[in-house]
Amino acid sequence: MATAAATTRLHRRTIGLRRAFAPIAEARGFARGMLWTGAGLTLFFVALAIFAPLISPYGFDQYQSGGHRFAQLAHPSHSHLFGTTVQSTDVLSRIVWGAQTELEVVALALVFGLLVGVPLGLFSGYFGGAFDRGAVLFMDAMFAFPPLLLAIVIAFLLGSSVNSGVLVAAIAITVTYVPQYFRVVRNHVISVREEPYVEAARALGAKPTTILRRYVFFNVVQNVPVIATLNAADAVLTLTALGFLGYGVQPTQGAEWGYDVSRAVSDAASGIWWTGLFPGLAIVLLVTGLTLLGEGLNETINPVLRKRAFRRVDFAASPSQALASETLEP
Amino acid sequence: MGVQGSSLKRYAITRLALVIPMLFILLTLVFVLMRVAPGNPVSASLGGHVPPAVIKQISHQLGYDKPLYTQYGHYMWDVVRGNFGTTISDRRSVGSIILVNGAATLELTFFAVIVALVVGLVVGLLAGRYRDSPIDAGGRLFGIVVYATPVFFLGLLAQLVFGVWLNWLPTSDQASPITQALLKTHTNIFFVDAIIDGNWGALWDVTKHLILPATTLGLVYGGVFIRLIRINVIRTLKEDYIEAARARGINERSVVYRHAFKNALVPVVTVIGLQLALLLGGAILTETTFNWPGLGHELYIYLQNRDYAAVQGIVVLFGLVVVLASIVIDFVNAFIDPRVRY
Amino acid sequence: MSSAGPVLDVRNLRVWYGSLRGQVRAVDGVSLEIDAGDVLGLVGESGCGKSTLGRGILGLLPEGARADGEVLYRGRNLVTMSQRDLRRLRGPELGLIFQEPMTRLNPLLRIEDQFRETIEQHDSKLTDADVRRRSLDTLGRMGIPPTRFRQYPHEFSGGMRQRIMIALALVLRPSLLVADEPTTSLDVIVEAQILRILADLKENFDTALLLITHNLGIVAEACDRVAVMYAGQIAEEGPARDVFADPKHPYTRELLRSTISLDTTELHSIPGAPPNLISPPSGCRFHPRCPDVMQVCPARDPIETQPDPDRRVLCWLHGPEQEIPAGGTQRLERPELAVAEEA
Repeated sequence: MATAAATTRLHRRTIGLRRAFAPIAEARGFARGMLWTGAGLTLFFVALAIFAPLISPYGFDQYQSGGHRFAQLAHPSHSHLFGTTVQSTDVLSRIVWGAQTELEVVALALVFGLLVGVPLGLFSGYFGGAFDRGAVLFMDAMFAFPPLLLAIVIAFLLGSSVNSGVLVAAIAITVTYVPQYFRVVRNHVISVREEPYVEAARALGAKPTTILRRYVFFNVVQNVPVIATLNAADAVLTLTALGFLGYGVQPTQGAEWGYDVSRAVSDAASGIWWTGLFPGLAIVLLVTGLTLLGEGLNETINPVLRKRAFRRVDFAASPSQALASETLEP
Repeated sequence: MGVQGSSLKRYAITRLALVIPMLFILLTLVFVLMRVAPGNPVSASLGGHVPPAVIKQISHQLGYDKPLYTQYGHYMWDVVRGNFGTTISDRRSVGSIILVNGAATLELTFFAVIVALVVGLVVGLLAGRYRDSPIDAGGRLFGIVVYATPVFFLGLLAQLVFGVWLNWLPTSDQASPITQALLKTHTNIFFVDAIIDGNWGALWDVTKHLILPATTLGLVYGGVFIRLIRINVIRTLKEDYIEAARARGINERSVVYRHAFKNALVPVVTVIGLQLALLLGGAILTETTFNWPGLGHELYIYLQNRDYAAVQGIVVLFGLVVVLASIVIDFVNAFIDPRVRY
Repeated sequence: MSSAGPVLDVRNLRVWYGSLRGQVRAVDGVSLEIDAGDVLGLVGESGCGKSTLGRGILGLLPEGARADGEVLYRGRNLVTMSQRDLRRLRGPELGLIFQEPMTRLNPLLRIEDQFRETIEQHDSKLTDADVRRRSLDTLGRMGIPPTRFRQYPHEFSGGMRQRIMIALALVLRPSLLVADEPTTSLDVIVEAQILRILADLKENFDTALLLITHNLGIVAEACDRVAVMYAGQIAEEGPARDVFADPKHPYTRELLRSTISLDTTELHSIPGAPPNLISPPSGCRFHPRCPDVMQVCPARDPIETQPDPDRRVLCWLHGPEQEIPAGGTQRLERPELAVAEEA
């Protein structure tokens, strides 16, 4: 008896959350395909990242084994499935370890970005006033910067003072995305703020924190997974771009796919393709996976784009209630 | 056109006025960022090559030993007059760098935008129109994968395939050395200069050099447009006036082309402006991959040399360009959509 | 009464939507007729299916909806007609006026262009001057001056936009016009103007008009006949004056009682809420809310009768006697409706 009551209570508590994500179960067609393909690809790389020590044949900067140096620029073979680089490192291992680097940085950047951008947006959107105006002006100015440029400059500035390349890259990426989180959250808060039910709550004397918590937050939270996954995709691109230019994660600190591609550019002239192709493909697949996941979520959650599923109309089904003379017995 | 003209003018003036505080913040931001780095900008870029006494002298000459707010004042005043400063490492005026290399970047981004628009419009419109059909699925997937491909990777592949294996197209520089020697400088934009000179051989050479970098950069950003245009077409087709048009018996083709497409394009113009910032970032990568002598490439080199003055000047320019472009875009928007003016 | 037969003859029309929760029977067996120059008012609560009926008649159904039955426009069945043929009829023969004028005009096109497009779509041989003349002529009847022909929609007020919409619908002189709540979002003064325009149509062009509204006052003022709709079916139909003076169906009676006028001293409402169209109540769909409900009402579907030569009603109160089983006319006792049923 107790468990039944507890289940019902749990049921009732989580109904908001479940209702928010119900559309995913109803996903049809392309949106569904995108969602699951994206999730699959993303999880694949997450698995690579988490289980890197187990999966990777060699270390990320390992150029020898048992005193025996690996061949330089070796073609893909069964001992080096994706070949080796000019520094005799195994390309496949660098791909696997690289997954760890990418996801570490992106996860950090996401968390930082949300921690800074969301509260700022909530506060600014709900309370308005001078703070809001100032914040919007500031964020708009930030938007005017080419994001990659901003990231490069920040990575460049921090690179000398902060030791961890991962942290440097994460902060650089965060700075470029905070304006976006801020703007999206703020706009959403503003539109929700004007909703009749919020006005009603205010009229009933609810405190701002209560309103923010109960109504605004949940509404906004629905948007966050979509923005976060799409931002993660962009973050990977920014990170690899930084790596390509030599900023962010340094070669001594970890494997980074963008950096590998930059090293491969000189190999291309000699027709050596495996040093650049595999890291590049890894980037494409991870970003595609994240984007598909994000777009899939967007399609299913966003009501404007959601295509309602229909059942075929059948005029012969369920004829109207038949004669039921039994019910008439007095 | 009378009533229209004045409202357009009024809009332009208000818009320009709003931009000034934003520019102010932008410039201040760059200044602050550059000064945040520890140490003296001069010693950062020249230190180690040059004796300390000389560094002190140069610092004094360039004004880096004055108090910060004085430096700030000078900096703002300079920018207003169009003086973007002088580089520390090779004493060139940033203004001249902008003119020469900026022209190269302009050439690249211009053609890249054309490629992006063509790809984005065609695929996006078709995908939106035939929503949920295989055309739509294919178009969207194409857009997503192409955007997921880093510009430098696409560039690398392009170089491998078209440059090395097929040997059809050149993979670096803006034009061959011969062309560069023979071409007279008018605007610094090689493409335009070749046309002015009537030098068709040079034009062909320049075009060949343009194809790979512009297509690479354009393709990646085309991917962004595809997504955007498609969504707009879908949204527009749901609008009330579309149903009303169908109720009047307007055929589907007219409904889609005259009403939906045109209306769907309106937000696109804005997005081009917003994407410009992204495009400039991509230009940096493309120029580095293809050794294209544009501003992005220069920026990269100056960053390596830790030449803060040069970096500052170029970054300010990038910011200004984006802000100005957004004004132009807003203006164009107001022209297309009469509702915006109010 | 024209001797050529009714302009519109709807026979047992059903329009169902296939939603995931079940088939929504928005229009479930509706028959009606409109002659040239006649105005038929269609009234009912929100959600009773009137809009769907209006669109279903013209074949303008949203995705997922299907129609069954016959809609004979001058003898041609619109339900089975191809989309292409239907499209040709829309404009010159069939017209639709929508409820919200604010969003029904393409904001990027001048009024001039919208007219030109409509006219040229159906008659591409007209010269520019002809197109202009016809457009200005129709607009003029609506009270829109020619000087504003080249303006954009947002430069007009709501009432004017509705008049432009009506002009657009009429410029090709359709014989059948469906007006879906044309004045609901407009103020009373503008409403009067629009109604006058619609009356004018009938006088000068012999247009058959189906006027959909939830406002009984409009019906009384502007309509020759009225059909009262409930839960996808026609509860009652007849000449407007007669129906209002002597309503046969309990629902009509209750509707009239809930209308607010200067004489109203107390608010009257019909208990309960409109029924669920996916699984409507058994037998007569109004029985859960009917003050005169009898034993037979939930048990058997009511059969349409003609209490007077020119009137129809779908209610067991009016027979047919032989179909009611013994004891069926006894009053049905029913617990108070506690909570409104979600429609």
